[in-house]
Amino acid sequence: MHAVRCVAAAVFRESVRDRVFYNLVLFAVLLVGASILLGQLTAGQDVKIIKDLGLAATSIFGLFIAIFVGINLVSKEVDRRSIYPLLAKPVRRSELIFGKFCGLMLTLLVNVIVMTIALYAVLAYLSHGVPLNVQQGWDAPALDPALLKAIALIYLDLGVVTALALFFSSYSSPMLSAVFTLALYVVGQFNTDLKQFDQIVDSPVAIAIGKACYYLLPDFSKFDVKLAVVHGLPVTAGYMMSTVAYAAAYVAALLFGATVIFSRRDFK
Amino acid sequence: MTRGVATAAAVACLATAVVLHASQASRFPAPTVDRPDILYIRSGATMRRLALDYDAAAADAYWIRTLQHFGRERLAPPGHERTYSLLYPLLDLTTTLDPYFTIAYRFGAIFLGEAYPGGPGRPDLAIALLEKGLKAQPQKWQYMQDLGFVYYWHLQDYPAAAAWFKKAAEAPDAPTWMAPLAAVTLAEGGKRSASRELWQQIAKSEEPWLRDSAIQRLLQLDAMDAMDALDARVRAFQQRYPDTPLSWDALRAAGYVRGVPLDPTNVPYVFTPDGHVTISRESRLWPMPGQTPR
Repeated sequence: MHAVRCVAAAVFRESVRDRVFYNLVLFAVLLVGASILLGQLTAGQDVKIIKDLGLAATSIFGLFIAIFVGINLVSKEVDRRSIYPLLAKPVRRSELIFGKFCGLMLTLLVNVIVMTIALYAVLAYLSHGVPLNVQQGWDAPALDPALLKAIALIYLDLGVVTALALFFSSYSSPMLSAVFTLALYVVGQFNTDLKQFDQIVDSPVAIAIGKACYYLLPDFSKFDVKLAVVHGLPVTAGYMMSTVAYAAAYVAALLFGATVIFSRRDFK
Repeated sequence: MTRGVATAAAVACLATAVVLHASQASRFPAPTVDRPDILYIRSGATMRRLALDYDAAAADAYWIRTLQHFGRERLAPPGHERTYSLLYPLLDLTTTLDPYFTIAYRFGAIFLGEAYPGGPGRPDLAIALLEKGLKAQPQKWQYMQDLGFVYYWHLQDYPAAAAWFKKAAEAPDAPTWMAPLAAVTLAEGGKRSASRELWQQIAKSEEPWLRDSAIQRLLQLDAMDAMDALDARVRAFQQRYPDTPLSWDALRAAGYVRGVPLDPTNVPYVFTPDGHVTISRESRLWPMPGQTPR
């Protein structure tokens, strides 16, 4: 466990050194700029649009970090040959994989927390001084705590993407890892279509393959409750719990898979 | 080359580029072409897939485009033919990407129903949009109320309007004034007093844009009352001085009006060719209900 912590801390420090957190400046500029402009462009929908924009930006910035930092987590060590002194230390390969994952998740956590604070600050600024009768017409209050549910699921979504990137990075080049991860992310958005494959094809084999893919591939649409939260629609605790469990299981499967592949790699 | 020299050179080059760009823009201005708006993707289902899980943000972008398209067409210079051709496709995309986008349905219906040239004059599409909203949220009494308004105001179908108000009154969370509204519409459909009552209810809305729209309608109703009164004076004047050309000066000289009468937005009323008093095209209240000057 100590080794996992050390690797995770090293990954986090490297993210800071690589100026990953500069994206927060861009996020802040985007939100503040939008909050100034939107009032004149959206016919009174600035609070709703800032929520949509803030959540979408949190997700997309996180996605880029998860993919483009995640794909380099292992390959960078191999390219720089720092993997040799690392493996010569009392660190198991599984600990290296889990440590890398935890380090990037810590980076993403700090990123998401800062973005969440910035989003709430902009929402507080926008809703300040708005008459109560206008606020009552909104689908959900500006400083709605339910936004945290959407943000929590975005973080889980990023966890699965990070695990995917790490999985591919454990045996493939960074370029291919990025393509595979991005492709699976896109496919995972349309997972439900695979389940309904039987409605457009007759072949039992194709239907079986479609069903198998539906269950095996990550279902990223599960993590998207942004629309529901912004409109004040209920997202139940049961749904949150089952999605957390799904993400945990999928991440664990990918990390164990990455460990198996990485353990079999010969660095001689 | 030192770092300072390199920085100064970079700044100087950039400044030169800016100056060249500015002088070129003033010497060779781009021709002003009245280009139609373009919408590359019209299928909501396709856009929903392309947007991945950023459909809400994409809906917002299309909503902003809808407002810009409507505003640009409405405020276009006289030489531009106002078509509002993208208004419904944009609203359809917005509401497909975000089926709970209440304001897109409600304002969209107002925009679509607005008589030409203030809008496309398509109450049929306003009804289609609101019915789409009801499919997503079947208990939303506001959409039913808006449907009632479209039938009442634009189509003058009072039984249909009353039926929608009645349905809205039965919806959960509907305000208490909705049930009497249905009764008034059915009993006095077409009467100005009933219409005034409907718009006074909308004027209490929490949405500033809906309130503004209702205030505009109420001002139009005030103008209609004033025009009726002025018409009566004009008839009396014409009976007494059948050979005198009709003008506000002539009416004032004969003592029928005190001065040039102004509408609620302070623009003088004008005469139609057949001698009736009407709203000037310069007025913010033009076109009045029933005026479709294509």
